[in-house]
Formats: sequence, C-alpha cells, structure tokens
Amino acid sequence: MSVPLDETKTIDALQANFTEVVPSLKPKEAMDEANRCLFCYDAPCIKACPTSIDIPSFIKKIATGNLLGSAKTIMDANPVGASCARVCPTEELCEGACVLNHASKPIMIGLLQRHATDWAIKNQAALFQPGKSNGKRVAVVGGGPAGLSAARELARLGYAVTVYESKGKAGGLNTYGIVSFRLPQEISLWEVEQVKALGVEFRTNTTVGVDVQPEEILEQHDSILLAVGMGAVPQLGIEGEDLSGVLDAISLVEETKTKPLTGQMIGKKVVVIGAGNTAIDGATTSRRLGAEQVQILYRRTEKEMTCYQFEYEFAKQDGVEFRWLVAPTRILGENGRVTGLELIRMELGEPDGKGRRKPVQVPDSQFVIEVDFVVKAIGQTRHLPLIEAFGLQHQNGIVAIEEGTYRTSHPQVFAAGDVIFGGGKTDAMVVDAANHGVRAAHAIHTALSDLTQPV
Amino acid sequence: MADLRINLAGIESPNPFWLASAPPTNSGHQVQRAFEAGWGGAVWKTLGEPIMNVTSRFAALHYGGQRVLGFNNIELITDRPLEENLKEMEETKRLYPKHTLIASLMVEHKREAWHEIVKQVEAIGVDGLELNFGCPHGMAERGMGSAVGQHPDLIRQQVEWVKEVAQTPVIVKLTPNITDIRFTARAASQGGADAISMINTINSLIGVDLDSWLPIPHVDGKGAHGGYCGPAVKPIALNMVAECARDPQVGIPISGIGGISTWQDAVEFLLMGASGVQVCTAAMHHGFRIVEDMIDGLNNYLDQRGIPSVMDIVGKAVHTYSDWGNLNLNYKIVARIHEETCINCNKCHIACEDTSHQCIDIVTDEMTGKERLVVREEDCVGCNLCSIVCPVEGTIEMVEIPTEQPPLTWNQRQAALAAGGSCEIKSE
Repeated sequence: MSVPLDETKTIDALQANFTEVVPSLKPKEAMDEANRCLFCYDAPCIKACPTSIDIPSFIKKIATGNLLGSAKTIMDANPVGASCARVCPTEELCEGACVLNHASKPIMIGLLQRHATDWAIKNQAALFQPGKSNGKRVAVVGGGPAGLSAARELARLGYAVTVYESKGKAGGLNTYGIVSFRLPQEISLWEVEQVKALGVEFRTNTTVGVDVQPEEILEQHDSILLAVGMGAVPQLGIEGEDLSGVLDAISLVEETKTKPLTGQMIGKKVVVIGAGNTAIDGATTSRRLGAEQVQILYRRTEKEMTCYQFEYEFAKQDGVEFRWLVAPTRILGENGRVTGLELIRMELGEPDGKGRRKPVQVPDSQFVIEVDFVVKAIGQTRHLPLIEAFGLQHQNGIVAIEEGTYRTSHPQVFAAGDVIFGGGKTDAMVVDAANHGVRAAHAIHTALSDLTQPV
Repeated sequence: MADLRINLAGIESPNPFWLASAPPTNSGHQVQRAFEAGWGGAVWKTLGEPIMNVTSRFAALHYGGQRVLGFNNIELITDRPLEENLKEMEETKRLYPKHTLIASLMVEHKREAWHEIVKQVEAIGVDGLELNFGCPHGMAERGMGSAVGQHPDLIRQQVEWVKEVAQTPVIVKLTPNITDIRFTARAASQGGADAISMINTINSLIGVDLDSWLPIPHVDGKGAHGGYCGPAVKPIALNMVAECARDPQVGIPISGIGGISTWQDAVEFLLMGASGVQVCTAAMHHGFRIVEDMIDGLNNYLDQRGIPSVMDIVGKAVHTYSDWGNLNLNYKIVARIHEETCINCNKCHIACEDTSHQCIDIVTDEMTGKERLVVREEDCVGCNLCSIVCPVEGTIEMVEIPTEQPPLTWNQRQAALAAGGSCEIKSE
C-alpha cells in the first residue's frame, strides 16, 4: 500500500515510495497457490494470454519445485515475461479466464509468474541458447517489448541480430515508462541481458534516421523489424504550454526511473490532464514525489475513462482526486512558471464514431484553479518521420502490415508492437507487443528461409 | 446424544477412540492429557525389555502441498524401565478409572516371559492386553514383533501361553506385512485371542534425499525400512479389517487401526466390522485435541440418522464386501455431467481421452461459441475416472442405467456355462 505522504518528507524518504507496491509471494504462499491450480486441459488461461504461455505447466513446475523449468516455460513464450508478471492486467486476461472464477477464486497467475521469473533473476539462470548461425542478418529498430522479443526469437533461430535503440538502455516502456513501484528497472534490464546473452548486438544511444540512416540499415541486413513504439505526449495546444512546470507524464515517470528523485513536487499542487493508464502513472508518481494535492482532470466522466479499474482504485488509494467533465483552456503563469490553470466545464453530447459520447464545452463556464504543475497524459505521438523515411504505407502513423505476416509495404521491412497498434482495436499492452515481436520474428524467419516465394 | 460407549470383547470404553500404542502413549503425562482431551482409551506404548532408540526416527510423505499423507518411523518399543511404566499406568488408571487402559506387550519367544509380564501388568489394573505381533523393524530382527506376526504357528502358540494366565481380554495386533492377513487372524483366534487389532505399520522407505542421496530418515548415513502409517495406509487397513470381519474362521471382534484421522474414517472402520478404532498418526500430526471433532462428528452422524448407539453400526457393511466373482456383470452406470456446476477445466475429457474409453467430447455450442462437455453414454464403461478427477464435487454423477438383463455374476455365468450354457449370457 501507499506510504503516507506528508510535507515533512525528505527526498531520501520519497525513495521508499518508489519500491514495488505489490509484495512477492512468500515461498509457501507460492507453493500453496501453485497446488491450488487444477492443471486444466486446453486451459482458458492459455487462450486468454496474448503470448499463449502454457500457464498450467509453469504452475505445475512451481508445485514440483522445478523453478528453472517454470521460468523457461514462461520466458520461452514471452521474452518479457518477468515484466508482464507485474504489468499485465491479469484480471482481464489469464486470471479473468481461470475456471476457478466459477468455483472459488482464480489462481494468482501473475504473482506465480513473478515468483518463477524472480527465481531465474535471483539465480542468474541462463534460460536459452543462441541458434546455430544461419549467416543472415536482421536489424531490429527499437529495443522495447516488441523489438526485444523479436530479437530474442531471431537469435534463437540463428540470425545475427542488431538492435538499434535511441535511449541509453534497451527495454523501452518496461525500462523507462512504467512506474518503478509497479516495475523496477532491474527486471526489464534482466530481460535485456537475457537477449544480449544470445549474442544480440545492442546499439544504444542510436536514433535511426539521425545517427544512422534507414538505407544503410537496409543495405546491411536481410530484413528489418520496425518496432519503434510511440513518441512523446502531444501538445495540448493551449496558451502557456511552454511555462516551466508543464511536464508530460511519460518524461515524469522516466525521470523517476533514471535520475535521483527531486523534491520539487513536495507540498505542491499538481493536475494531470487525461485519464488513461499513463495519467494514473503521472498522478501516482506525483503523489509519491510528495505533491500535496493531485487532481486528474478529464473531459468525460468516470464511465468513459480508459484506465484499468485496478489502476483507478490504486490511484484513489494513493490520494489522487478525480475531476470529471472539465477541460483545460489556458495555463497561467508568473515569471515563466505555472501558477494556475483555467478550465472549462464540459458536458456529454452526441455519441462519436466509436459510440462514446462526445464532450462539448458548457458556454461561459470557465474557472481558474491554483496549480504548481501541469502533467500532460493525453496520448502519444507516432514516429511519422521514421515511418516515412522507410517509405512505409501507414494510416495516421499506424504502419500497415500484411495480415498475419507483419510485412509492411516495403518487402524487406516488417513491423511489430505499438507502431502497428491503433484504431482502437486493442489495448496497447506490453504482452501484446511481446506477442507481436515473437510472431514477427517467425514471419521474418519464414520469409528469409523461403526466398523463392514471391514477395 | 447417541451412546458412544463400546464393548470390544468385554473391554468397555466411553467412546470408540483409543490412542494406539505408539509415541503418543509413551508416558503417564501423555495418556492423562489424552484422557483429559476426550480419548476413550489408550494402548500404552509397548512394554518389554527396554530398548535403545536411534535419531532421527520419523519421516513423512507430503504430497501436493498436503503434509503427512503418510508417516514412517524406525522407533522401537518403550525405552523406559518396566517398573516406571507400570507405576505411571497404575496412577493413570487410578486417576481415570472410566477410561480404557490397555497394555501392549512384546517379549521374547518364551512362555515364562509372557506369563511374567502378563501378571505384572494385570496386577496394576489394566483393562486388557494387546500382544504386539506387528512391529516391523528392529524388534523383528530379534525374533519379536512382525517376526512372530508373519507365522501363524508362532502367533497361536504365544497367544495360548498368554491365555494360560491372562485374566483380562487379549487382543492380538497383527502385521500387514504378510500375503493374506486372514491366516494370521485365524491363528490368533485359534490360540484363544479375544480380539484382533489391525493393522500395525507397513514396511516402507519414505524417500531418498535428492542432494545427499541418503535414505529418509537416515541415521549417520544409513537408513533402514520403517513402519508406514497415516492417511495413506487407510485403504489397506480397511480392506484387512473387512476381510477378517467377513471370515467366519476369524470370528472375533476387531479393533481397527490404520490412517484413521476423522470421524468419517472411524465410521467406515466400524461399518466394516471394527468395534472400535485406534489412532496415532493424526494425533501426532495435530495433537490430542483432534478427538473433539471425532467424537462430535460421530455423535452427530448417529443422531442425524436416529441411531441410538455406536455399537449399532458395527459390521453393518460387512455383508456388502465380497469377491469379484460375486459382482453383477449386468449392472451398468454411466457418467453424467451437470453443466450448471461444470467449470470447464476439461480434466474429465483428457482423463477419459488419454487413459480411459474416449467417451467425453468437448462440444462447441454453435450459437454461443461456448464449449461444453458431453458424455457419449453408449461408449461410457462407468469406470468413474472422470468423476474422480473432477474438482467440483457433485458435477459428474455416475447414474445407474437399467438394463434388460437379469443380474448375473461371473460365478453364476461360469456355473451356467459348465452346466451347458443354456441361460442367457451377456458377452463382454
């Protein structure tokens, strides 16, 4: 549970707020829970997992004390299985499908997965071996969940793989974008190490299109997988956005994971614009950085919020307040710093294309609140210039792929992860990205193994 | 409140729950605590020439997160001087005159030795004697315990010696480490025993340590077979009790022992012919207090059925236990799955598919896309496997299917065939 927050907190004390909130299962707890699993045949939990982890098997292996085997079963299906054990919305996936929902209560699959993968981390278990070299080279652009998963699979299939990563470390969202109290960075970095151990080369601090050009990569590799994910949070497009104290939620989270914590939010008033999972992260992070008051502002109502229910509950327990049916119109400042926010009341109008009632402004309902920080969490931009530099067909930055093959309009280029998610079809989940990465790797393998097939 | 008093071959007891001769009945302190907790009787840990024990001496079989499914020991009979035991037994009987106190005895194969010890223990006022012809380790190597219990002639002879002087009823405790317990039970009966008790522990090796490669338990690097008991041995014990109960040549009361942990276990033993039960492992696992629920549960069971006395159920199921050749070949049951409570774990399907008769189909409902499990009754052999593996009690029911054929047993079939085969035979 959240640590009580008060103004007397020193920066050092804030650190405690960033340790993992969900405790690990104790060994006996894990054993009891593993023994509760029915070992279903054709289990619905497997079907509900985007990466189709053989959940009954990995749980059975925990029950027999075969933790190495258990971790292998998990990581074989999902190369970022240790992270997913922490960030998957399990109640909507595996645990939601557990047959015991109808008989007692579902198995704690996520925590058992964490138990097994934590064992592997702690014991420095080498889970996989690189495949026999097949002489072919594949470049993976983007070292996040999708790229990392693809690289892992390709290395096991015998490819020489190079991962181009713009940041200092690979792991993408798992390394930089998920709050430490849900996913400590070392978990993601262990997953990166697992891939490195297979001989995959990581070119970090290397932005494709800037430090190295697409043509060069295309020339040097037999295939390319584009797995660049999403870009920065877009502009609100309102006055005052350049004031000091206007942050974006993703950068805010990243700072807490990469730099020493600062005391800048202690005792301050923070508002977060947006109500998705990133907004929740921004809000809870602010609270844990010592903000006295954190409000989430959303132009629709509770019903239309896109964050998971458990995230909503978690934020409320962290003392985050929610304000519905308001939208920011102007950020106010003094001496270059945020001092307030002008808001306008909204109401729900006609349903839009997706059936969500569209918020409309209530005329002359502006009011001003006093704030010290404005945190933006209204979605993410897409890497349009890069997509275009590769000459790929896309729709609003969502790269078009051939159904089932992950092949883009460029025969040599495949795409996976957030760069192909969109259009409201699915949630962009880490586990989905991992699934894409693994499948894309096999699609590349199929394509490169049978070059006689027309492209 | 039902009458829970029992009478086993003349030995009376306030309830059927006795502590078996074992570590829990090693001293006056323990037995007195047990009587306080509600145990109706105790068979004092076997008296004899005090022995030396080893460490370690217990081990257990755990399974699926459950501890002590089975238990094993290499402990021997009492390690305390006879006088000390007798003094404490006398005191215990004086403090708890209404509770049953039985002396378990084991001495060497000598008439005088038996005479002497019987006189000594009867002098302090025990309610009965139990001759330990069952202990499988240590003592057997010295020609006692199961070394006697494996030879009907030795049993008969030693029982005769005891009966020459015994004033109280004599129970003979049998070893299960034989091929057919009825032969040793009959020998006890022929020797004049008033009752038999069974089973003592079964030869066992609980396990091998995966790291040290030593047997479990080991004594300074070496192990030896121990005596197995606990819930895991209950079916073996129950069969032996039932076999003796239905054997007219045995014909004497039985004290049931072997994995009895709950009142239900006790009821099963009573129904199958035991006049009382003895418990050890369950008490070692949970302490003496478990007897409270044993008594309460048994009482409620009897009350709810309007049965006034526990003795009324003794042996009531014995006549239903027979030989395979007397089973009706024309009786048919099939599995029926109750969809309302089925949770679709598909364990019945895969059990049937992989290891039985492939008659449970996973059918997808075309309308809803939902899967359900359907038994093809014409192919179901009624083996029970599906209902056994089903985790939701009551979801798979085995239902009787009326058949045209009249009842026909294997024995009747063979007899009919021998007589010319005129009667209707159902071919299998």
